[in-house]
Amino acid sequence: MQHDDTYCPSDLSLTHRMRFLLLFSRQGKLRLQKWFTPMTEREKKKIIRDMTSMVLSRQPRSCNFLHWKDLKIIYKRYASLYFCLAIENQENELLALEVIHRYVELLDKYFGNVCELDIIFNFEKAYFILDEFLMGGEIQETSKQMINRSIEASDMLQETMEEYMSKPAF
Amino acid sequence: MPAVSKGDGMRGLAVFISDIRNCKSKEAEIKRINKELANIRSKFKGDKALDGYSKKKYVCKLLFIFLLGHDIDFGHMEAVNLLSSNKYTEKQIGYLFISVLVNSNSELIRLINNAIKNDLSSRNPTFMCLALHCIANVGSREMAEAFASEIPRILVAGDTMDSVKQSAALCLLRLYKTSPDLVLMGEWTSRVVHLLNDQHMGVVTAAISLITCLSQKNPDEFKTCVSLAVSRLSRIVSSASTDLQDYTYYFVPAPWLSCKLLRLLQCYPPPEDGAVKGRLVECLETILNKAQEPPKSKKVQHSNAKNAILFEAISLIIHYDSEPNLLVRACNQLGQFLQHRETNLRYLALESMCTLASSEFSHEAVKTHIETVINALKTERDVSVRQRAADLLYAMCDRSNAKQIVAEMLSYLETADYSIREEMVLKVAILAEKYAVDYSWYVDTILNLIRIAGDYVSEEVWYRVIQIVINRDDVQGYAAKTVFEALQAPACHENMVKVGGYILGEFGNLIAGDPRSSPLVQFNLLHSKFHLCSVPTRALLLSAYIKFINLFPETKATIQEVLRCDSQIRNSDVELQQRAVEYLKLSSIASTDVLATVLEEMPPFPERESSILAKLKKKKGPGAVSVTELEDNKREGGELNGGGERGPDTSAMSTPSPSADLLGIRSAVPVGAAPASAGSLLVDVFSEAGPAAVSAAVNDDGFLRFVCKNNGVLFENQLLQIGIKSEYRQNLGRMYLFYGNKTSVQFASFTTTVSCPGELQLQLNVQTKPVEPLVEGGAQIQQVLNIECLTDFSEAPLLNIKFRYGGALQNLTLKLPVTINKFFQPTEMASQDFFQRWKQLSQPTQEAQKIFKASHGMDTEVLKAKLLGLGTALLDNVDPNPENYVCAGVIQTKGQQVGCLLRLEPNAQAQMYRLTLRCSKDSVSKRLCELLAEQF
Repeated sequence: MQHDDTYCPSDLSLTHRMRFLLLFSRQGKLRLQKWFTPMTEREKKKIIRDMTSMVLSRQPRSCNFLHWKDLKIIYKRYASLYFCLAIENQENELLALEVIHRYVELLDKYFGNVCELDIIFNFEKAYFILDEFLMGGEIQETSKQMINRSIEASDMLQETMEEYMSKPAF
Repeated sequence: MPAVSKGDGMRGLAVFISDIRNCKSKEAEIKRINKELANIRSKFKGDKALDGYSKKKYVCKLLFIFLLGHDIDFGHMEAVNLLSSNKYTEKQIGYLFISVLVNSNSELIRLINNAIKNDLSSRNPTFMCLALHCIANVGSREMAEAFASEIPRILVAGDTMDSVKQSAALCLLRLYKTSPDLVLMGEWTSRVVHLLNDQHMGVVTAAISLITCLSQKNPDEFKTCVSLAVSRLSRIVSSASTDLQDYTYYFVPAPWLSCKLLRLLQCYPPPEDGAVKGRLVECLETILNKAQEPPKSKKVQHSNAKNAILFEAISLIIHYDSEPNLLVRACNQLGQFLQHRETNLRYLALESMCTLASSEFSHEAVKTHIETVINALKTERDVSVRQRAADLLYAMCDRSNAKQIVAEMLSYLETADYSIREEMVLKVAILAEKYAVDYSWYVDTILNLIRIAGDYVSEEVWYRVIQIVINRDDVQGYAAKTVFEALQAPACHENMVKVGGYILGEFGNLIAGDPRSSPLVQFNLLHSKFHLCSVPTRALLLSAYIKFINLFPETKATIQEVLRCDSQIRNSDVELQQRAVEYLKLSSIASTDVLATVLEEMPPFPERESSILAKLKKKKGPGAVSVTELEDNKREGGELNGGGERGPDTSAMSTPSPSADLLGIRSAVPVGAAPASAGSLLVDVFSEAGPAAVSAAVNDDGFLRFVCKNNGVLFENQLLQIGIKSEYRQNLGRMYLFYGNKTSVQFASFTTTVSCPGELQLQLNVQTKPVEPLVEGGAQIQQVLNIECLTDFSEAPLLNIKFRYGGALQNLTLKLPVTINKFFQPTEMASQDFFQRWKQLSQPTQEAQKIFKASHGMDTEVLKAKLLGLGTALLDNVDPNPENYVCAGVIQTKGQQVGCLLRLEPNAQAQMYRLTLRCSKDSVSKRLCELLAEQF
């Protein structure tokens, strides 16, 4: 195996295309956090603080991109929720916006007109859907049909409601 | 809570979440959570075995609590149990918990790995995907060790389901990123490349991320992907918007895949095969044409997806930098976007144009948009867009438009957002210096800068203006006059006072002939600011005063009066008090001659890279300032480096820092300013302030002799001889040190310590065992050092040796000759490859250059031997001039590999060399250049 990285001006390969995705409300309440690189809880808390304060203080109709440290932050508001995606510096901003949009579409399809409450009460589902779409900070599947099909398939695998309802609540 | 919860409702969980949401205060929330935690803990600890459902519910509650931001210290075991459940939802929650709460507890990792192993071999695609996701999410080394060989097999096996292939590709990518050493290339490699041809678009989309990463690391091995990628791209680009069914996104065929293909191609130079190249150019033209077509949908998603591909195509065009036609078209397209109503597009166009400005083919085309960009700087509502406009102005600046751009930036500064002022100041300062035709314009610009944005003018900026004024005698009179006028303003910024104090202290005499700026007027003007200034500025002013006494003897009495007053000589600040006392004493004791010698004009500063540029680079990352730099290098060639008359080691000399000690009299005499006799006199006068004795100076005599060789005698005196033998492989090295006792008497308490000072301890790992404490007369002992290079480094490890010889303690510190080049692996390549790579490393920060006098003979064989000893491959038939030497190598560190190219041009007539290094990492170029400039 020949090692040779002089072809590429910068060392891209040890990086992750997407670094993290955060969903938070207008009040700055975090609704979902997905980290694509290992990070300590301290670092995470710091980033969450920085992101919410930075994004929430933006004027309306500003552009959707920000520079933050060596990353690009792409954010977009859907109803009461802000979606905030951090990508590598050389990544494509417009496509990142559409990553967010596709995720919203997937949530929408699953929950039927998704709202913030759906994500609060079914947070685990929101994570599962995200996992079908992205993996390790890369896109795994872009087709809405394919993703929905595999989510439905896993729902099919689930035990019936009755079985659960017969159990005590606590 | 919602009426219906989809899928398997966990009622208990929903109730809990709703309780938390109803909490009125943080305290109530914490109380509720603690209650829940206690409940769950008791359930987990209870005698009754929990059923799967309950376990799942509680684990899910714990997860929720953790995601709220609370610590969770139990439940991991229960989550691991869920992994082996055969009910999908239980397994799924178990994996989610593990993925979110990664725990490095090795006991647990083993259990988790076990469960993953079972799922991977279950042949149930859903279970396999869950397991692969978990590996990718955790991505730890232990997991890589357990699965790095298994996953490639799953990826290329004929019977693997498509969805599993997708997960396997990305999982493998993740492992390759965390532990590249564990993912071994093999028979699967070529099959992975052929996934680019897979029928399933989802498989291609996932696989291409892996292929891109692998190609970056092993371009030769994956070279075949270029033609495959081009033909795939061409099929997508020419397909109708409905051909690709669900992979069409808002009427745009496969935008994600298209962008990834274009990105993969950016890992390679333009295709050599004419047919492939033609096909690719066709694709790029089609993409540019499509941008002009009317949109197929009004939705923003449509235009975003379409333009995402366009911007990626433009990146590829810029990467190739060889198709003038495409470059100019790209530039025109971006020009249209500059006026687009979408803020996002204006932002991206400004950003993308910055890179176009650096290409010689499109630089002029970019410049035609100057008015639009200036307008953007003035009128954009969004500060981040304005910032991009400022970046672009900076990038497109050259001699022809520098005055206009600097003027616009200055006027923008008056109203600029606080967040970008400091950076703007740096940029103005750099442009003013770089494109200064006459230095009076430069001085005016910087003084304006201080007037407009004094608070944002960092030390580097005003240090720099002083350095330049001191080094150019044609501007000194003008600078003195201008700064004198600026100081007349009733309120002027403290930075102005600093510059004023320094410049008048040095060159006030040049304007003293004018009665309006007579010595006393100058002094009174400066002193009128004194009491409003901070301590460092006052200290600087005091130094200016003593310089005045030398320049203008007629001011001596007035200034001594000032120094003598209580507020100076008894000042509570030690620094100020000391200066007042010393200067007063100096002015009364020393004769005029001595005074003139000590207070002589500052010698010129060594020419070096602008410290402002370094600061901007630090602020923005290396890419940000490359643009104008590149232009500059192209136009001015070697002049920048060749112009100054620098000795080989001036860069090692630190630039005198004006604020630290203006005159340098307390620690050392200014270089070349004072003859030895005056020096000793000074020591007498200020004996109490003399420099502290340096305890054990580091001996680095031997250090540089070992840059190009590995074995030899490092050090020798009457007592001790230290020999070295060393060998290096990849990023590892072993060094044998031989300590020889040259006397006939025993050395006692012989100890050696190897230390890595400062940053070096994170860059280099050096391990050794203690040596025997007794070295008999005439004996030799040996010590072995194991060295691991973690990342590139510039300092050297220190070896401290202590022993007793006849009762006297000997203490010696040596620099160990471990230099970055020891980790070189030679790379042979043909001329064409060399120049290809040379060009790719064209960011100005990646290059380091030095011109120096030959200090040894210029014998060809000796030179060759030294270059080979350096560790690189010496390439023949590369440089058109047979006198020149060209080398290539890759430095192996644990974290990364750094490609390095070297060119050495001897000039036998002038007995000079020009040495140029280009490396994929800036710091390496710089360090290698420093090391090598001492070798020839």
